[in-house]
Amino acid sequence: MAGFPILSVMLLVPLLAAVACLMVEARAARWTALIATLINLGLGIVLWANYDVGGAQWQFVERAALFSGFEWKLGIDGIALMLIMLSVFLMPICIGASWEAIEKRVGEYMAAFLLMETLMIGVFAAQDIFLFYIMFEAGLIPMYLIIGIWGGAERIYASYKFFLYTLLGSVLMLIAMMWMVNEAGTTDVPTLMAYDFDPTVQTWLWLAFFASFAVKMPMWPVHTWLPDAHVQAPTAGSVILAGVLLKMGGYGFIRFSLPMFPEASAQFAPLVFVLSMIAVVVTSLIALVQHDMKKLIAYSSVAHMAIVTIGLFSFNPQGLEGAMIVMLSHGLVSGALFLCVGVIYDRLHTREIDRYGGLSINMPYYALFFLLFTMASIGLPGTSGFVGEFLSLAGIYQVSTWVALICTTGIILGAAYMLYLYRRVAFGDQKNADAAAMPDLDRREWFLLAPIAAVVLWMGVYPESFMAPMRADIAALDARLARAKPEGDAHLTAPKPEAATATAEHAAHGGAH
Amino acid sequence: MDFVQSFRLTAPEVLFSLSGLVLLLAAAWSRSDAGARVITWLAVAVMAVAAALVAPALFSGAAGPGTLAFSGLFAATAFAAFAKLLIIAAAAASLVVAPAFFQRIGAYRPEYPVLMLFAVLGMCLMVSSTNLLTLYIGLELNSLAAYVLAAFLRNDDRSAEAGLKYFVLGSLASGILLFGTSLTYGFAGTIDYAGIAAALTGKISTGAVFGLVFVFAGLAFKISAVPFHMWTPDVYEGAPTPVTTFFASAPKVAALALTVIVAMTAFGNQVTAWQPIVIFAALASIVVGALGAIGQTNLKRLLAYSSINNVGFLLIGLAVATPKGVAALLTYLAIYVAMTIGGFVALLMFKDANGEPVEDLRDIAGISRHRKVLAACFAMIMFSLAGIPPLFGFWGKFVVFQAAVDAGMVALAAIGIAASVIGAFYYLKVVKVMYFDEPVMKVTGKSDWMHQALLAICALAISPAGYLLTKCLDSLSTSAAAALIAP
Repeated sequence: MAGFPILSVMLLVPLLAAVACLMVEARAARWTALIATLINLGLGIVLWANYDVGGAQWQFVERAALFSGFEWKLGIDGIALMLIMLSVFLMPICIGASWEAIEKRVGEYMAAFLLMETLMIGVFAAQDIFLFYIMFEAGLIPMYLIIGIWGGAERIYASYKFFLYTLLGSVLMLIAMMWMVNEAGTTDVPTLMAYDFDPTVQTWLWLAFFASFAVKMPMWPVHTWLPDAHVQAPTAGSVILAGVLLKMGGYGFIRFSLPMFPEASAQFAPLVFVLSMIAVVVTSLIALVQHDMKKLIAYSSVAHMAIVTIGLFSFNPQGLEGAMIVMLSHGLVSGALFLCVGVIYDRLHTREIDRYGGLSINMPYYALFFLLFTMASIGLPGTSGFVGEFLSLAGIYQVSTWVALICTTGIILGAAYMLYLYRRVAFGDQKNADAAAMPDLDRREWFLLAPIAAVVLWMGVYPESFMAPMRADIAALDARLARAKPEGDAHLTAPKPEAATATAEHAAHGGAH
Repeated sequence: MDFVQSFRLTAPEVLFSLSGLVLLLAAAWSRSDAGARVITWLAVAVMAVAAALVAPALFSGAAGPGTLAFSGLFAATAFAAFAKLLIIAAAAASLVVAPAFFQRIGAYRPEYPVLMLFAVLGMCLMVSSTNLLTLYIGLELNSLAAYVLAAFLRNDDRSAEAGLKYFVLGSLASGILLFGTSLTYGFAGTIDYAGIAAALTGKISTGAVFGLVFVFAGLAFKISAVPFHMWTPDVYEGAPTPVTTFFASAPKVAALALTVIVAMTAFGNQVTAWQPIVIFAALASIVVGALGAIGQTNLKRLLAYSSINNVGFLLIGLAVATPKGVAALLTYLAIYVAMTIGGFVALLMFKDANGEPVEDLRDIAGISRHRKVLAACFAMIMFSLAGIPPLFGFWGKFVVFQAAVDAGMVALAAIGIAASVIGAFYYLKVVKVMYFDEPVMKVTGKSDWMHQALLAICALAISPAGYLLTKCLDSLSTSAAAALIAP
């Protein structure tokens, strides 16, 4: 692998395909987009296969001093690798989901998605702080167009709200970045991650970054753009928005806020906890009363992202790993749920829950997949949702039992609204004749849902595959945070002998690597 | 200082004067369209030659006493060269787009290129000025040509109105500026920038402060910074579009460069006196430019407010008052010229089936369906003006704000950048109209190849590919700023 600039190639493939899509007619554009995203998926698999678990922290590093003031510098650690894998995995599915649903301006649509893919990979792979910012912000343009051109009835309001909200959040972060670069004298992210900023200044810098990431995440109360954007976006747009774009906020916290400003993070952890607790309970309750399926899933996303934030700010490896797994799991599960909505929306052109009912009778396979993803969203053991939520809550329990308690109610409420949704859509009488006449999944839809279902189960049964690449990075982050770690109220004490064996086993396990 | 050396340093200006006079004579004898075209291309050729004469000073980073001509009345520094190249490029672009626009209504006259040459001559004097007299001569030479250009469509009421408004308000501003210069002269005892800087050090008298304020007020009018911006939308709307292209680009560059020269050299020791003025003008321009644009339906007025908004960002570079700030301002100016020319050329290409210009925002609804490339270019320019990465307009804002942060003016940068979000709203609105709305199929006219070529060049420059220019832009603007602000 040495010398082959695989990350740059992964950025370039969708970009070139995007340009090609603009020039060809609809059918060719679809195929170009599909092939390009599949190539990128293949490259992603090569990337993962060649990623040396337990090797250097930053791998596949490329740099070229192309610009003044910042550099073209790419490189990934385990965290970025997993999120890149998520992006490249979801992209072909998004293209597939838009295969028939998008009829007008197909070339431009595919180009916007491919551009989006380039920027998403760029965000996760950028090792230069300004390059990161450029990629992070640039994503607004294609997403604005995707929502505005191919969205639903209220698309224009939603597109403005999405754009301006996230832009306002981000610009202050740019000023903070400039200050940091001026202070530290480098734009290199790994160097900045190890740089100790003055704790009083950290407060301001942390707030500036928080303004951006909290909006992107989104955290209560700045989450209101999300339901609008989700509901109005086309299915694939929602998938990419929920699946990957929201993860940029979490990635921002884990890559920037936490390692660069540990003291400030500890200082503001209570704020994050309060917002997250409110988010978990309030948005879950809001989700419970929704009549629009997409809106319901959008609110559930906010609740899940709150679990991510408490995991991130629990300052221990369980919490951080849990947060990462929730992000990956939510990326898959919410994406899959939006696809499930898309499947029936394509048939009946409504997202109104009451217009469906008893779908398990005429669409058994659909009901099966939908049930799996519903359970994964709830966090049933054996699915990916369980692993992440359990770890996050276990992590936060060590810090604050109260936060753990309240956030766990969110899981129960999550079960309530998801099961309620499922009951109304899939079970009960077939009260609407047109819904009862809908055919089951076709081959294309099988190809969309089955891979996600497989990965959800894989992550649920053997999460080690996904946690192994990240372990060293999480440990490094934990070590970095150790000095600012707030004292927890749980005071966990493990029985001595067992703890010793566990450590010994762990050491042996670690040695085997 | 011998005359040969002086003439060598002023070669571009001499060339402009002589060729302007010769072409004026030629224009008197050739009234035909073909003649006008020939004169236009001759003027473009003159500009190209002048640019070639100017360029070496920029690349060699010319500075110091060796750049002074005619007993120190004129300085051909790298800073002046940077501004001159931008001015010449902008003027040449405004020149080549003109024939196609005017000839359709039979209004093209050879005076257009000639006036353009004189305006460029005036602007070159402005950016090379080393004392208040050169400044005034340059400024007036440019303004007189500009007043006539604004009223170039003699039979069009709007154009005549624009010319008259520009003339009246411009004269007022010149008066204010003259008053300021006379006060400055009175208190400093010299009209030479270096002499003024030497005379005005430490705490200065109230009278000198008045002089400074009036000079800045006069200059603020020329760069259309708030609160002296009111003429801009009217003049931009009324003037023929190629002339508006010119107004929004070249004179802005010249006036901003001139403001920088005056602020950093003549009043270089009085930074604390003018800094609050510039900060206020910068933030007010950003906010007023953004808010004013929201309600506009005429695209030319909208771009006028956009230029006010951009001047605000440019002034932040000046407000920083460091060489880095000046370099950032120059970088931004270069990008601004590309965006502005691109924007107005796209506007020139919005024509209905009869070739009538389409200026109303509602009339370009849905043009992304039938004029894909044109719409994409204009959308790129809009996003770029809004400063959204990865378009190159972001880089201009980036360097300006970075200069502010480096100089410790974090609050200014934070307020400025937060206000830029307001501006993003109306740029988004234009994109929304072009991309989201149902087509009205009004823009169906054919485009001139010249316009297409120019738009393509501008679009390429502001595309992400533009970032490859950052190294070159950075080194040139840094050396230009260093030439102005001698350590």
